[in-house]
Parts: sequence; structure tokens; C-alpha cells
Amino acid sequence: MKNQKNIYLDNAAATPLDPRVLKAMLPFFDKTYANPSSLHSPGQAANKAVMQARKSIASILNGHADEIIFTSGGTESDNLAIRGVLEAAVPKLGWDGSTQVPHVVTTAIEHHAVLEPLMYLQKIGAIKLTIIKPKKDGVVSVQDVLDAIKHNTVLVSIMYANNEIGTIQPIAEIGKVLLRWRKENNTALPYFHSDACQAAGYLDLNVEKLHVDLLTLNAGKIYGPKGVGLLFVRRGTKLAPITRGGGQERGLRSGTENTPGIVGMAKALELVQKDREKESKRLSLLRNRLIDGLLRLPKSRLNGDADQRLPNNVNISFLDIEGEAAMLYLDAKGIACSTGSACASSSLDPSHVILALGMSYEAAHGSLRFTFGKSTTKSDVDYVVSVMPGIVEMLRKISPVTLDMSRF
Amino acid sequence: MKSSTKKTIDVASRQGSDGGFYSDTVKEHFFHPHNFMEDEVGYKADGQGMVGSPACGDVMRVWIKVDPKTKKIKDCRWKTFGCASAIAATSMMSDMVIEKGGLTLEKARQIRPQDIMERLGGLPARKIHCSVLGDKALRAAINDYYRKTGQVDKIEIEQGRIIDKVLKITDHDIEEAVLEGADTLEKVQAKTKVGTGDPACIPEVEQLIRFYKEKYCEK
Repeated sequence: MKNQKNIYLDNAAATPLDPRVLKAMLPFFDKTYANPSSLHSPGQAANKAVMQARKSIASILNGHADEIIFTSGGTESDNLAIRGVLEAAVPKLGWDGSTQVPHVVTTAIEHHAVLEPLMYLQKIGAIKLTIIKPKKDGVVSVQDVLDAIKHNTVLVSIMYANNEIGTIQPIAEIGKVLLRWRKENNTALPYFHSDACQAAGYLDLNVEKLHVDLLTLNAGKIYGPKGVGLLFVRRGTKLAPITRGGGQERGLRSGTENTPGIVGMAKALELVQKDREKESKRLSLLRNRLIDGLLRLPKSRLNGDADQRLPNNVNISFLDIEGEAAMLYLDAKGIACSTGSACASSSLDPSHVILALGMSYEAAHGSLRFTFGKSTTKSDVDYVVSVMPGIVEMLRKISPVTLDMSRF
Repeated sequence: MKSSTKKTIDVASRQGSDGGFYSDTVKEHFFHPHNFMEDEVGYKADGQGMVGSPACGDVMRVWIKVDPKTKKIKDCRWKTFGCASAIAATSMMSDMVIEKGGLTLEKARQIRPQDIMERLGGLPARKIHCSVLGDKALRAAINDYYRKTGQVDKIEIEQGRIIDKVLKITDHDIEEAVLEGADTLEKVQAKTKVGTGDPACIPEVEQLIRFYKEKYCEK
């Protein structure tokens, strides 16, 4: 079974490195390799490159250079935001358990990098947690967020765009509402954190418009290198480090700076943000074309709102078939995508995101995600639309299950 | 049963001959499944059985034809809702049942998931639970045959007592999982999927895990 095609539609999982990014990074592996903290000339040359990257990113975010904390990626940034805010809040709120337990608000569709640390902290009794369910369309209601805020709420963490179903959350509106709440209650808390890893290629990252205090970004999803990310930390936000050591990144994230990675991340962000409007327009046409093509198949359904959605995301459930099997049949046809089926995860549960929409387990097991990127063309989309019916038909033929549409 | 324990772990840890996620045999059976049921309506089965639920991610249905004289299974057909390893495991099982003139009902009843896995060249560790339902469906079909032919004395209820009513997982299955090293609910679930379709049984499962752990592990 030779692959005649090689169509990569899993850009929400990882993107290829842009050759311009690679070119920008290369000198920092073997030429400008010194430690940016060193005071000698080679060290200062590396330091200058890191500073330059920081400034470039800060100007895209409409923030300040000292508000950028480089990390090893989205997961670390999310953990730093959560642990950092909570640890800094200990003296005030008595995280030692003596007085008031801090409260955190998040949503049921967050990435595991946010949900897992929060659920752990809840389990050990360190926080109280409110998990907001999105509406059926996968978008969180601003009012629901506001209603969840209490006087001991220290952090609200809501992603900018969802990695599985691509739905875009009203971050700017939530930010505005939280700002007003803080003003009315004369308090600096809760802080507002947003994971923008999936949004970075397509949406506006202006932190003044978003009213976020903390923003997670990573390079590996925007044609930059894996293993680099950052946390934007608004001036005045009280944050404790979770990694202690040499005191790099204003003491908030110790460890020798990853100079090539940081340079690559800045270049990658610059490139995707420059093209994001044009690319969004191009991809949303392809996205709608794929959605229309796949929904022509019987017993299929789009997961997440069709419009409040990243331009590169299609997530569709097919009843009576299991997603991993469908994904592997697509792979054999040269199409790489992903699934929310439990069988493709290391746990036994299917996608928590699709379940949070109120969809059935059956629908979650039968979900497929296609995420586009720079290389995606109309003919790629048409090819998927042409092979999908045969695969669905084959798998339904060997399936003993025939559910009716009420099972969505 | 206990003698097969060690073998299972060996088979499970192998990731396939080419270092890929699935072995070539698994891929062959997944992409070109053998003996699946093409035409249910026109098929005159002597027995059929089904286990699982779509909510849990696996459903397997098995049909058999039996030679009443030799008591051998002449034909075995199936349908599976599930991932690649579930489909491949049922396909392989159907081959094992009918090859070399067919297994007798008694021999067929003794097929264990471990046997299927071995023939598949191993399954990735976290995929093993996907292969444990095919043989259950086969035994349900065999019982169905005995029921239909009036040989009720030959019907063998799954050894042990059914704990998970949806997946038909017995206390014996949990015992075996503990013997294979699963000492927490999560680990037992990874092997058996117990409780995913019938969460009400989880407290009882936890009790059984404690019981078997004390019996076997903490000595």
C-alpha cells in the first residue's frame, strides 16, 4: 500500500519549520553560541539576539520587552501561569490551608496543560475550581464567566482558540468584563490568563485589546521550532517562579536561554502575524469547502461553531465508525489527520472537548480533526472529500452498530 | 490461565517488528479484514453473539456455522466497531477459528485474547484492552448455538460472576488483570476497560482489586 499522496492536515499538532525561521536560527547554534548571561563579548552578542527577539515579540503583542518570559513551550507557560499566580497569592489567601483557599475559574474545553495542573491542585485541596461548560457550539458565554467570579478568585484561565474544535473564545470581552469587576471591587485579582497557542497564526494578539494579564504562546504551532514558548506577564502581575536557579528571565524562569529557539520563535511569530489576515481568508474558504464536502456524507456532524472558528480547523464526527480506524485508513491514502477517539489517546476516555459540548461518547469516538497550514491547497481538500466516502462506507460495512442521529 | 501470564506481558511489550506502532500482521488484518459479515440478511447462522457498547468505543458481533456431527465451526463471520487493533483482533480470531478445517466448539471456547495477540505479532501495551472483546463475543455465539440446539447443559456462563454488565467483564477478568500486574483501578481499566460502560460497578471493582492484591501480591 504505497502512499501516492502526502497531505499533512495535522497542523494543530505540529507545523513544519519555515525555512526562513531555520535560516535565522542557524548562526545561534555554532557561531553565536555563548551564554547570554555572560558579560564577555560573545555572551553579549547572544544577549543582544535574545533582547532583539524579546523586543520584536513585545511589539507584536503591543507589550513591553520585560513582559516576555521565554519557556520551553505552551505546557510550561500554562503551568507557570497557574502555579506562579497561586504561589504568589499564598500569603494573601493562605494557601497553607489556614485561611481561605484560592478559587480559580476555567473552562471544560481547555488544553490538558491547563486542566491537569488545576485538577491536581484541586485534588490536593490547594484551590477551589469552577469549570465552565461551553455552549453547545463550543463557545464560552461571557456572562457565565462573570457569574463564576467570587471574592477569593485569583485566576481566570480561558483559551483563545480551542485546539480540537477550533472555536474562538470571546477573550477581549471577557477581559473587559473582568477589568470592570476588579475596578468595582477595588482589587487586582483575579488575573486573566489565556492560552493562545492555536490562535497565534490567525488572530490578533494585541494584549491591550485582549485585556489579558498572562498569555501563553509557543513556537511549534506557528512554523517555529518545538521546545520554545513564552508567557506574557503584564507588568504588575504578581507571579512566583516554578523553576528556580540562575535567575534568568527576571527570576521567573531560570535556565540558560535557548538562543536559537528564542530567535526562531520571534521570527516565526513575525512571519505568521504578518500574513495572518491573508492566510485566514484563504484557509477559511478551504475550511468551508471541506466542511461542506464531508457533511454531505450521511450521519455526519460538525463539532463546534461554523463561524466562530479558526480558519484552519475542521472537526467532524461520523456515527457508527471509530475515529482511529478512519484516521489510519486516511493515513493509508496519504492523508495525516487526528481523532478525538479514546483509542488514539493514552487514556480510555474520548475527547473531553467534544464531550463538553454535550455530544455523546459515540460522537466523540467517531470524530476526525483536519487542521490546515501554509501548504494546504484546494486540491488537497478535494482529495480528502473524494476518498472519505469510501472509507466511511467500508468502516460502516464492518461495523455492527447503526445508531440514529439522536445519538449525536 | 496462570501459565499464560508471563507470555502476555512479553507479547504486549513488543511494538511490532518494524518498530512502528502496529505490526505488519495487524495492519494486514486491519486494512484487508478477513471473514467479515458481508450479508447479514442472507446468512443462516447457527449461533451469534455480541458484546460491548458504542459509548465505550468497542462493539463486536460474531456469527458461527457449526457442523452438528463433528462439532466443528465451519464458518465464522464478524462485525466490529472499534479501532485498528479491535478490527484486526476480530479478523485474526475468525481465521483462528476456521483454519485447518475449523476448531471444535470446545477448543474455540478456549481462545484467549493472549492467543490472538500473539498471532498478531503483539499489540502496543495501551491497545490490549481493545482486543479482549472478540473472544467474548465468540463464546456468546457458542452459547447461543447450544441454546438454539437445545443443548442447554453445554452452555457455559463466563467463568465467574459478571461485574460490568455492559462489557460483560467478570471477577475472573479482574483477577487475571491483577495477576498480570495491574494493581490500581486505572491499570485494571487499561487492561479490561471495566466500568467505562457501567460506572456503577467501579466501587465493586476497586474492592475486588484490593481482594486479589491481598491474595496474590502482598505476600
